[in-house]
Amino acid sequence: MSQQRWQFYFLLTPFLLWIGLLIIWPHFNMLEVSLTERSWTQGDSFSFKHYLLFFQQSLYWNTYLRTAWMAILATFITLLISFPVAYYIAKVAKPRSKLALLMCCLLPFWLSELVRAYGWMILLRESGIISGLLQAIGLADAPIEMLYHDATIILGLVYSGMLFMVVPLVSSLDSMDNSYIEAGFDLGGNRWHIFWEIVFPYAMPGVVSGCIIVFMLNLGNYLIPNLMGGKDSLWFTEMVYTQFITRFNWELGSAFGILLLVLSSLLVWLALKLSGQSLSTTVGR
Amino acid sequence: MKHAKTLVALALSSSLVTAAASAETLRLLTWGGYAPDEVIALFEKETGIEVKVTTSNNEDMISKLRATGGAGFDLAQPSQDRITGAQQAFNIYQPIDLSKVEASQMIPSMLAATKANTELNGDVYGVPHVWGTSGLVVNTAQAKDVKDYTDLCSSAYEGKVSYRMKRPTLIGFAYAMGEDPFAAYSDPAKYQAILDKVEAKLIECKPVVKTYWTGGDALINLIRSEEVVAAMAWDAGGWKLNRDNADVKFVAPASGALGWIDTFAIPRKAKAVDAAYQWINFVMQPEIAAMITEAAGNFTASQGSDEFVNEVAKAQFQESFPPADLDNIKWYPAVPPGLEEMEGLALDRIQAAN
Repeated sequence: MSQQRWQFYFLLTPFLLWIGLLIIWPHFNMLEVSLTERSWTQGDSFSFKHYLLFFQQSLYWNTYLRTAWMAILATFITLLISFPVAYYIAKVAKPRSKLALLMCCLLPFWLSELVRAYGWMILLRESGIISGLLQAIGLADAPIEMLYHDATIILGLVYSGMLFMVVPLVSSLDSMDNSYIEAGFDLGGNRWHIFWEIVFPYAMPGVVSGCIIVFMLNLGNYLIPNLMGGKDSLWFTEMVYTQFITRFNWELGSAFGILLLVLSSLLVWLALKLSGQSLSTTVGR
Repeated sequence: MKHAKTLVALALSSSLVTAAASAETLRLLTWGGYAPDEVIALFEKETGIEVKVTTSNNEDMISKLRATGGAGFDLAQPSQDRITGAQQAFNIYQPIDLSKVEASQMIPSMLAATKANTELNGDVYGVPHVWGTSGLVVNTAQAKDVKDYTDLCSSAYEGKVSYRMKRPTLIGFAYAMGEDPFAAYSDPAKYQAILDKVEAKLIECKPVVKTYWTGGDALINLIRSEEVVAAMAWDAGGWKLNRDNADVKFVAPASGALGWIDTFAIPRKAKAVDAAYQWINFVMQPEIAAMITEAAGNFTASQGSDEFVNEVAKAQFQESFPPADLDNIKWYPAVPPGLEEMEGLALDRIQAAN
């Protein structure tokens, strides 16, 4: 009995060390820094100054809301594109081609995100392949710039998030018994009804866990908005980076970091509430 | 048995050798091109000191050193205007022992200017290494009449110009609009007024800009593909592009190119301080300095190194800087603490404006 206990704590230690030293402690540290006002003459003091600044400058909370909205939009589009793909892999494809199809989704992720972003830039830029092709077949008279728009950011985010949506969807659709669908047809339902009443509710845990993962990745993405975004597009993570690295303002950067954490936690909680799921039925599966 | 003993002895001696080698390591925090492999090889051959290079930029250097309180590196190369502010705020450097630096190898005027600009409470924190300017890179076949920063706002080049969202852009535009931002460094209220004016101008110019470039590679791609015909950039980048496309030239703006000097500064908790001085004196030898000019594209403060630089680089320099333009270079004075926060807010507002 006591040996079992000992084993339990022994096995738990790496986890506790990881979560304590690398997650909880740095976050408390960040919270502390964000509530400090630094002064060379009077020393450090406690202050809400940086949080107040966030609300006073419309620039900051505008970027905050814009980032959240675009991350949600990109997640939704990812879901729209991934669901048919996942359904095909899980239900329509033959077992042998299933693996090949999943590999096709996985392959681009063997490259780094930076290389994938540059790939898109080569395709979309004014002197790039797509623009050249459109001119060659006579659909455009002059070079078209497709890079540096908000839409390009969404495109990049959707592309980089696809895999993380497809895999949970496939795994939840895979376990569905085909006889449910047959029974639906037998009872006179059409395709639309069967999708909404049977398939989608069954896949709900996969949908929610996929959305949570993709949303988190989108919100925290730095590379794609930075490389593919235009002159008007500012992503909130870029602001955190700028405060830490180019402005040496760790206090404001920490406040932004905490606010980003609050935003993502809040939105995930809201998504779980609205979909009637819980963390244990989705991510914990 | 005998065999085993030899093995043990071998293992011991090799570990001793590596221990000795790691004690003689110079950890250099510098810019890309300032420590070319050939120079490192020569230095290692002459002194036996191993050099580990981390490439960086001004802000990143300060951030890295700030995170450790000035540990982790033995020699850093911040620009001369970014030393005293960072030193006052974060205490990350130690004073330079000028008796250990061979001053005779350096161009006297540059050494004097750097000493004056990096002095704090009677101590000097930097000596000069590489210098250069930022100005305009222009495709002269397509944008002949771009002569000053404000010409980047001309609607004739809509969607064909680019610049950075960093402080040199603010300062360059301020000069081109007839202000003197360096003179206002010590007067926050006046500086804010200049910033407001520049901010309004840059927001007005936004429809003309194709994109704000973020890295040197991105800019070079934009100009090489002729998607951008005029941009604000460093002289070395312009000269590099000029070698591929003779139409692309670095032009000193009418209101003056902005001049910077990258220095040698020793972090406060540096371990191999002697190695750091050895490196400084080694790379300031004219032949070695010329090798760095070849790699980095910029000239150094080494006295007499021009002789060893190739003819192409010399010709490019003379074309971009006729004597009058050379005298008109505006050298960055030291940035007082707090100024960058004001600039940061202005830059963010420009980027977010629609």
